[in-house]
Amino acid sequence: MEHPEKDGAEAVVSQRVADIVVAVGMFAIGVVMMVDNYHLGAGWAADGPQSGYFPFRIGAIICIASVAVLTQTLFYTKGGTEAFVTRARVKHVLLVFVPTVIYVFAIQWLGIYVASALLIAGFMRMMDKYSWLKTLVISVGVNAVLFWLFEIQFLVPLPKGPLEAFFGY
Amino acid sequence: MFMQRLLKVALLGASGLVLSGAMGVAQSAEWQPTKPVEVIVPAGAGGASDQMARLITSIVQKHQLMKQPMIIQIKGGASGAEGAMDVQESKGNAHKLFVAFSLIYTLPIATGLPLNWRTLNPVAMIALDEFLLWVNSETPYKNARSFLDAVKAAPPETFKMGGTGSKREDQLISFALGKAYGAKFTYIPYKSGGEAATQLVGKHIDSNVNNPSENIAQWRAGELRALCVFSAQRMAYKNKITKDQSWADIPTCKESGVDVEYQMLRAFFLPPGTTKEQSAFYVDVLKKVVATPEWKDYVERNALKETFSSGPDFVKFLEKDDANHRTLMKEAGFAK
Amino acid sequence: MEDLSSLFHGFAVALTWYNVGMMAIGVVLGVVIGVLPGLGGPNGVAILLPLTFTMEPTSAIIMLSCIYWGTLFAGAITSILFNIPGESHSVATTFDGYPLAQQGRAGEALTSAFTGSFFGAFFAVLLITFLAPLVAKFALRFGPPEFFAVYLLTFCSFIGTGDRPFKTVISMMLGFGLAAIGMDTVSGELRMTFGWSELLRGVDFLVVVIGLFGVGEILITMEEGLAFKGKSAEINAKVVWQTWKKLPKYWLTLIRSSVVGCWMGITPGGATAASFMGYGIAKRFSPEAHKFGTGQLEGVIAPETAAHAAGTSALLPMLALGIPGSATAAVLLGGLMVWGLQPGPLLFVEQKDFVWGLIASMYLSNIAGLIIVLTTVPLFAAILRIPFSIIAPIIIALCAVGAYTVHNATLDIWFMVLFGALGYVLKKLEYPLAPLVLALVLGDRAENAFRQTMLASKGQLGIFWSNPLVGTITTLALLMLIWPLIALIWRKLRPASVRGSVIAAGQPRP
Repeated sequence: MEHPEKDGAEAVVSQRVADIVVAVGMFAIGVVMMVDNYHLGAGWAADGPQSGYFPFRIGAIICIASVAVLTQTLFYTKGGTEAFVTRARVKHVLLVFVPTVIYVFAIQWLGIYVASALLIAGFMRMMDKYSWLKTLVISVGVNAVLFWLFEIQFLVPLPKGPLEAFFGY
Repeated sequence: MFMQRLLKVALLGASGLVLSGAMGVAQSAEWQPTKPVEVIVPAGAGGASDQMARLITSIVQKHQLMKQPMIIQIKGGASGAEGAMDVQESKGNAHKLFVAFSLIYTLPIATGLPLNWRTLNPVAMIALDEFLLWVNSETPYKNARSFLDAVKAAPPETFKMGGTGSKREDQLISFALGKAYGAKFTYIPYKSGGEAATQLVGKHIDSNVNNPSENIAQWRAGELRALCVFSAQRMAYKNKITKDQSWADIPTCKESGVDVEYQMLRAFFLPPGTTKEQSAFYVDVLKKVVATPEWKDYVERNALKETFSSGPDFVKFLEKDDANHRTLMKEAGFAK
Repeated sequence: MEDLSSLFHGFAVALTWYNVGMMAIGVVLGVVIGVLPGLGGPNGVAILLPLTFTMEPTSAIIMLSCIYWGTLFAGAITSILFNIPGESHSVATTFDGYPLAQQGRAGEALTSAFTGSFFGAFFAVLLITFLAPLVAKFALRFGPPEFFAVYLLTFCSFIGTGDRPFKTVISMMLGFGLAAIGMDTVSGELRMTFGWSELLRGVDFLVVVIGLFGVGEILITMEEGLAFKGKSAEINAKVVWQTWKKLPKYWLTLIRSSVVGCWMGITPGGATAASFMGYGIAKRFSPEAHKFGTGQLEGVIAPETAAHAAGTSALLPMLALGIPGSATAAVLLGGLMVWGLQPGPLLFVEQKDFVWGLIASMYLSNIAGLIIVLTTVPLFAAILRIPFSIIAPIIIALCAVGAYTVHNATLDIWFMVLFGALGYVLKKLEYPLAPLVLALVLGDRAENAFRQTMLASKGQLGIFWSNPLVGTITTLALLMLIWPLIALIWRKLRPASVRGSVIAAGQPRP
């Protein structure tokens, strides 16, 4: 973080804001845990703790600790204005994250093999501009090996789509 | 270009699927699996259900009873609810075979999950599993009566009964002992019958109601003692297992004056929305399986009660068994 | 010395060409299975089990147990190279193994991981050979209170306050919370499933770990430039040799981790708990504790040795008592029964050939395993030279496969992505992730043991000091918990020698 790049060095979110957002999120998780487990019974019955006993207290501890983190960030930490992530860097991260999310969507429709082949091909073409031939050989090859290993050798069924169904799998 | 070509292949594939589906209907008189069959085991790896499923798949493979392979899927999460719900939700998928036991009755009652065996497609029951009352052999109790009298005489819940899971068959039997004989236990749930067996050897609990297969090793080693079996008749196997006892030598609980009976089905189901022809195929395969020497061997080794029922007989059995469980669960206060 | 003659008889059984061949096949298969996320030890053994029904039981178990050793060895490979633990017991290996790889020292890290594994396994096999009956008896003394005490000890030896106590607490509690999702074994009730049947099975540890570490790491790597660091890793026979020369220095860590591992394997706390405990203890007692997590060889050796010792010794309760010490052992147990062998106290008496053949094969196959994995070190390190644009999507795909196969659920792939994003954010905000993972692994087991104990004692906490065994472990655990405090007081009394580490612990926020 000491050497921000020239372009896109401006912060998308500052460290301080990110810290606050996460702490608030944790607090919310803690509250949900407490509410759900309170309904289940969070007391100490005659034969030891009820099923909600521990989760309820865990929720409470999360709430307390996140308030502590929040207080620390708000009142006791000087600075913290440095970037949590800069514009240039967030672009890099999204470049992987967004395709990953699309990939998981695609798994549901195309099956994991076809989706993986597309993911590999996409990366190879977009990032390093490999030739079509190389892209095709590697993306299809890797998945053919995976298919052979999982479906044929070890009989571990993975999500499959129309293409595999076409070949009778 | 590439995307287009791919899309074309995908579309072709989709139409192929529809086509083969249509063909499947056309030949439904002799339905056969067209891809590997998943056998869903709603219990832990290495447990009784898993072992039975693995044995059956190996018999099917060895005797080539099916063209497609069987793949075992362990879905033991949440005391088997994971596997049961998976089958319940796989509507119309005849390539999923469910290895069922009494969880099909107890689970929906205890948890309120939308699981209902009546919506599943029953295939067949292939055995009944016995339950026995066991104590550590270093204790002085030689028969069920003397043990249960001691439990009765002590302040309630002094004696500890260990078993598999909570609000299931083991806890039901434990409850039934209290109801029928006034012997009240503290029930301690463990993850598996194997754990309950070693905990009994280590004297961390006073008794368990394990299946024969779960305690046989410790019984043979003289570490545990079998007091009685929770069934109407004694078990059939007369070969000596320990130095001086065979399974048939163990008295029934009723003989000892404790009127509690419990046996657990070992059965198979298909998901909802599957056809009679499809279940008929599996009935046929299972019939061949139970006729093999490997199966006979297995049944004897695990002291299972041999039985085979399918079709209306099976459903009749299920109805009766379900009603029994329902009453017991309600009385025990396990119903949600 | 009856045991010794039985062992030599065992070597005679194991040392046929056929069985040695089975060993080699087993180890190689195990390495392949262990490297691929989605195929684990239990998986691999379960799938190959039917193939062995026609084999002679001794040869069959030799091959299957070799697969198991192979997966144990291989778990370290992806942990070190990509920060993705292939197996749950290799999570702790990532803490120092991955930083080492980033510094271009992947070869060193792999070599010390494999050698540590070998040492741990060898230690465990020796234990099995000479103390089997005794150890089996000892395992029987573990009831619920003892189990809880062991889990408590694991937590206490691993968890330090660190420099961000509140973030550590949040991370750990989040782990406990995730562990509580699904069915509660003790009461049979559903917790935090919010009426959603997909949540019944809970959130699996492996899914979380693949997300937090695997996907999270790729996102962080992306941010810092489009390549894996440490590409230049030079790996050849010389690295192996040079690493070996450094290892004797860590003899105490090796022995300590082996003891911890055997203890956890037998009791059975499992290999995962053992690896965390091994790492935690090594860190606590190391003079360079503050450097842990930045790439210390000791931080790789400690968890690997413990994990392998635990994985190996887990076979002992399986054979002698019929209780499996691990998931893979559980599947092997099923196999034994299908072959017509009855695991349990009588196995050592009735099936001498089988038992001692297996034990002898453990010696041989661990040696074979070490040789095989060491020769593959350059091969695996070469993966690091593959361009990022090819290897990154392959890793994402393998992570997805790994997450899916845990429960055959697509939802788990979504969880993986979610935890990937969470891992990225938490890591940047300096929330420690290790406490989360540990709490997730042991959380519900610890809770079960605690509540079983409370059922038995009718809510009396005094049961944790009710006999010498459980009392000792509980006290030890509490001592471990306040150890940093003791150390601090100790340092205050002798201020001159420790200035450096106090400063390191009290560093201000960057």
